[in-house]
Amino acid sequence: MAITPPSERIWWKEPIHKVELVWVIVAFLWGLAMFFTMIWWHGFGQQNLSNEAYRITPAQYAAKVDEMIEDHTVRQEGAFPVVRPPPGSDVYMMGRVYMWWPMLELEKGQTYRLHLSSIDLQHGFSLQPLNINVQVHPGYEMVMTLTPTTTGEFGIVCNEYCGLGHHTMTGRIYVVDRT
Amino acid sequence: MSAKSTFRICPTTGLKVDRDAENLIKVNAVAAVVFLLIGGLFGLSIALTRWPTVHLLPADWFYLALTAHGFDVLLAWIIFFEMAILYFASAVLLNCRLAAPRWAWAQFGLMLVGALIANATVLAGNSSVMFTSYPPLQASPWFYLGLILFAVGALIGCAVFFGTLVVAKDEKTYAGSVPLVTFGAVTAAIIAVFTLASGAIILIPTWLWSLGLISNIDPLMYKLVWWGMGHSSQQINVSAHVAVWYAIGAMVLGAKPISEKVSRMAFLMYILFLQLASAHHMLVEPGVSSSWKIFNTSYAMYLAVLGSMIHGLTVPGSIEAAQRAKGYTKGLFEWLRKAPWGNPAFAGMFLSLVMFGFLGGISGVVMGTEQINLIMHNTLYVPGHFHATVVAGTTLAFMAITYLVVPLIFRRHVMFPKVAQLQPYVFALGIAGISLFMMGAGTLGVPRRHWDITFADALTTFQFSPAAFLMLALNGIFACMAALGGAMYIVVVVCSVFFGRRIGDTEKVPLGPVTGAQSAAAVAHYGSAGTLRIPGTVALVGVFFVSFILYYYVNWKYLAELWPLR
Repeated sequence: MAITPPSERIWWKEPIHKVELVWVIVAFLWGLAMFFTMIWWHGFGQQNLSNEAYRITPAQYAAKVDEMIEDHTVRQEGAFPVVRPPPGSDVYMMGRVYMWWPMLELEKGQTYRLHLSSIDLQHGFSLQPLNINVQVHPGYEMVMTLTPTTTGEFGIVCNEYCGLGHHTMTGRIYVVDRT
Repeated sequence: MSAKSTFRICPTTGLKVDRDAENLIKVNAVAAVVFLLIGGLFGLSIALTRWPTVHLLPADWFYLALTAHGFDVLLAWIIFFEMAILYFASAVLLNCRLAAPRWAWAQFGLMLVGALIANATVLAGNSSVMFTSYPPLQASPWFYLGLILFAVGALIGCAVFFGTLVVAKDEKTYAGSVPLVTFGAVTAAIIAVFTLASGAIILIPTWLWSLGLISNIDPLMYKLVWWGMGHSSQQINVSAHVAVWYAIGAMVLGAKPISEKVSRMAFLMYILFLQLASAHHMLVEPGVSSSWKIFNTSYAMYLAVLGSMIHGLTVPGSIEAAQRAKGYTKGLFEWLRKAPWGNPAFAGMFLSLVMFGFLGGISGVVMGTEQINLIMHNTLYVPGHFHATVVAGTTLAFMAITYLVVPLIFRRHVMFPKVAQLQPYVFALGIAGISLFMMGAGTLGVPRRHWDITFADALTTFQFSPAAFLMLALNGIFACMAALGGAMYIVVVVCSVFFGRRIGDTEKVPLGPVTGAQSAAAVAHYGSAGTLRIPGTVALVGVFFVSFILYYYVNWKYLAELWPLR
């Protein structure tokens, strides 16, 4: 029994039951299949998270965001400037307690380099209803290249706890069709 | 020391039980159940707050309750119980005295003090930093100190366990190799040592940072090392509850491992590869490369998953072999139909096995896939997954073995046998609902650790689909059911321990209030293919494997529907 010492003293020389052996091999091969699926997707899939990231201080990042807002704001929505950067350019999104700053307006089918960082605590960038979720750290700037393929109004929710106002931390990205 | 040790002979199992070990098993088990009660109440209040029409707690209490719930059930309940398991698997199963009982009491004292400090600090209200306490968010220094004391206590418990193994070997209290259950406990204790070391490496500097002695804790480094504790400690649980599955199979049905070699190899894979799982929490972080993520998140090509998949065959397989040896040989599933479903130890164990595999295991591998994590990270899918592993898997297994611990160690008859019989089913159904509906809400994008997904006080709003709100309401209903199952467990166990009819020193007890079959004679000789047939288990494993493959690729399909990004 499993609560007594093995009845065969030299248990490691006992033959393995055929069913067990087959299952060990099948399970091992399935593990390999899952492992290589991840690698294969890097070559052939369209959704792979960027490896591009930089160290940056909160002040430096805030300055970059401000510069973009100054150059490309097209309108104001409540407290938020709505920024429409040129297609193909670098666009910035900043997490801070408790808002995603600023709002962006992107064009469908165009590609942007989206920068993400925080100027205070860790935040969770969660783009809904697409359900794209990326962790945002202060001191690190992630750059991902993305191409919106659907139009409309997309909410950004914070999904990393960042204090008592965490549930009020939201933002927005618009995607418009200009073709 | 050995002269001072006193033993009694267990009339049911014939094992020699050291009084010190027995007392320490008792106090650790009692502390565990107390923290299960406290943590469970916090859990219920969280689920009722998430249920939109109830929305029980105000925001500050919600975040406080989340922090306390994580500590009390994920750490305190489980690790106190694991200490009891370590002492049981070493001193009791090996017929040996407990090495250094005074140190074992220090383990209990330090863990208790640490747990009380952590609870008091969280309740004081200025340390609602969640169980994970990611910097730069900062808690009171007492919070980290409580965690550190708790971890040091647990580390001492592991040392006493290893010491007892040495004593047993030295004093030749058993012949040959240690039992498989003890081997599983050794696995758990080894993982616990490097887990707690990771915890010390990160929590001590963080504590100094909270005292103002260190200026900065890098948030990315913190996450990497902290999860070396946070995730790996879940692998202590996996090893411990798999050992408990084998123990219950052996004690209730006389089940014997199909092959000692294969089952022990599977445990060994946990030791070698589980530590890489810190990467599961780093899949959408900046500054970590894809190749690092792929290798580590897959535990080096899924070798630790392989270990669990092996236990998924060998545990039910050994039960089927034992049942068939007793004559339940009709068709594929007579052995399962005629299993002692009225014995809560067996019922809890089997439900734990099935739910851990189907709900917890599959969702964990899918969520831990590098790219798929992008559509699940920090959504409610995450707690959905780990309630299937830690609650349906570990907690249910620990509850199940309690029905054997009460008569064997506390020497009391289990009271309210009808309630005890129903308890695993009520709890399992509740947990299955909690897990599935949280995973469902997460798939729809609902964030975890979030007080208000209607965003009533936010500057801009976002409207989640009505289905998401329905999922949260169902989650609340099933949480009530799980709480009922938890309350049934606590009432039965506490009443039995304090008021149950005493079992005399020579009285044999049936293992559990309503045993189907007492521990049977040794089953078929293992290894030799001719004597052993387990077609029912093969069918069950086949169903599991097909579900796994389908669910895995369905999620790749979901991922492929996102905007292209690189």
